[in-house]
Amino acid sequence: MTISIRSVEKQFARYPALRGVSLEVQPGELLALLGPSGSGKTTLLRIIAGLEFPEAGQVAFDDQDVTFASAAARKVGFVFQQYALFRHMTVAKNIAFGLDVRKAKDRPARAEINRRVEELLGLVELGGLGGRYPAQLSGGQRQRVALARALAVSPQVLLLDEPFGALDATVRKSLRKELRRIHNATGVTTIFVTHDQEEALDLADRVAILNQGSIEQVGTPQEVYDQPASAFVCSFVGETNRFDGAVSGGRFVCGSVSLAVDCADGPKTAFVRPHDLVVAPDGFEAQIVRVTAQGPVIQIEAHTASDQPIEISLSRQEAGSIAVGQTLRLAARKIHLFDPVD
Amino acid sequence: MSSTTHISSGQDRRPRGAPPLFRRRSAIPGFGLSLGLTVSLLSLIVLIPLSAVILKASGQSFSQFLEAGFSPRALGAYRLSFGAAFVAAAVNAVFGVLTAWALVRYEFPGKSIINGLVDLPFALPTAVAGIALAALYAPNGWVGQYLEPMGIEAAYTPLGVVIALTFIGLPFVVRTIEPVLRDLSADVEEAAASLGAGRLSIIGRVILPALGPAWLTGFALSFARGVGEYGSVIFIAGNMPFKSEIAPLLIVIQLEQFNYQAASTIAVVMLSASFAMLLVINAIQAWARKRSA
Repeated sequence: MTISIRSVEKQFARYPALRGVSLEVQPGELLALLGPSGSGKTTLLRIIAGLEFPEAGQVAFDDQDVTFASAAARKVGFVFQQYALFRHMTVAKNIAFGLDVRKAKDRPARAEINRRVEELLGLVELGGLGGRYPAQLSGGQRQRVALARALAVSPQVLLLDEPFGALDATVRKSLRKELRRIHNATGVTTIFVTHDQEEALDLADRVAILNQGSIEQVGTPQEVYDQPASAFVCSFVGETNRFDGAVSGGRFVCGSVSLAVDCADGPKTAFVRPHDLVVAPDGFEAQIVRVTAQGPVIQIEAHTASDQPIEISLSRQEAGSIAVGQTLRLAARKIHLFDPVD
Repeated sequence: MSSTTHISSGQDRRPRGAPPLFRRRSAIPGFGLSLGLTVSLLSLIVLIPLSAVILKASGQSFSQFLEAGFSPRALGAYRLSFGAAFVAAAVNAVFGVLTAWALVRYEFPGKSIINGLVDLPFALPTAVAGIALAALYAPNGWVGQYLEPMGIEAAYTPLGVVIALTFIGLPFVVRTIEPVLRDLSADVEEAAASLGAGRLSIIGRVILPALGPAWLTGFALSFARGVGEYGSVIFIAGNMPFKSEIAPLLIVIQLEQFNYQAASTIAVVMLSASFAMLLVINAIQAWARKRSA
């Protein structure tokens, strides 16, 4: 199902949470809403779910206006960060809840509900745990139950609010793979909120990056990483070195840093990814203050001659026998230039 | 093995032999002291007086015991005490939830005043409550004058006892439910709503069941308080034997007639009944807690 969000605005007590957000989510897509806390990403998700209502703008599912439809009427599955399981019900009862509360004429037969619960328990790999209570499960298992419960009503859209936020790193990684697998198996349009850029880039088909209530860029993980649309996206997604300076005569200059660019003159902010810095005999100077080996890459912290700290990633081959105290000459393979930002 | 470092070359500080049954080394100090004080205090204040009552009552033959403890007058008093306490606790269980709900869920003017009023039965001397209620519900009182034409006699009847016990027991239900209701996070209700549940389904299937254990605790506390209540009841009850005489009052009457053995016999019967009920309620709670905590 296509989800269209058109110029949605929302305020919380005079503080704008969303300022005119528009977004189109394609059928069967897995989309990430990525942004720092307070960027409005959770508010946007809750508006799509019908748990929050916008002051202006429109939400449409397949061109049907649902802006003010209740959560129940929208047929969405919602997964909360803190699971929000019903503690007094068994896992099976939790999963069956959405079917159990239906009116008698729409409610499947008992045996049909049980079959569906078993099927979903299998899908989230919790087979045999239907009789347990949520208190008897680990965090990762609880989140799987929450996922199965949301999927039980065969939602047209699956919405997840920081689904892995409360879990430890290893569980998070495996659940991430799990979500991808379940998404592929069910084909349901899925939107998830995260502040973890690695999670968003790893899992999503497309990423929408929010900042201060506005969408800065929507694109595939590769697009937002390689062609950031704004200085915010560039610095929020991936590691960067930031230089505030000016371009004149085809060179960007910031203190002792001088880089060749192809851009009109004027004040600019430049971003260079640590792995886009290369050793070059005619480059700017930087003195190494720390070297750490992280698997195949060597991470280098250095100071430029004008005393700005920078980070460099070199392959082991490129790095050679590099040592603290040594001075490197560096050039940039790729520079992202934006109008000055504060 | 040459690189192995020896940390404890000195004397071995581990206790020798099997560890004592329940004294393990713990990082939290003062186990012996605090347990000792607790047990001493509990003995002085609770266990010794209770065993004295049982001792006093046991100085008679079984038939004497039956005669004193299960006389028709005593049976009537038990029925009233436990029956009225049960009804009052049931009334409180309903209105206590409503009160807690209103206090937790809504903002309204005068909320803090109502919040304070709920605690009044805790703090008010029970005799004051008793006199006030008796004056209100007497046939010529503010409320009683309207009830009497309708054929409802409140004061000096079992109904009056229920009214007094309801007044006394309300805060127990409100104050046990309130924190649980407050902790019930909004996202559980939102989850139910997003799964298609309507308002009534959410209340009936999600909120009330989650309140269950706390509800039971509040009911039990209110009931237990009602069974033992004396001060507020005697003013409004009228204290007619077989009709509106509560068991604690019967104990006092026996004492005033220097009939110590009969008094302690009735006390033992009440003690056993209360103990049995608390045991049952605790068992239900333990079962509920195991399921959902």
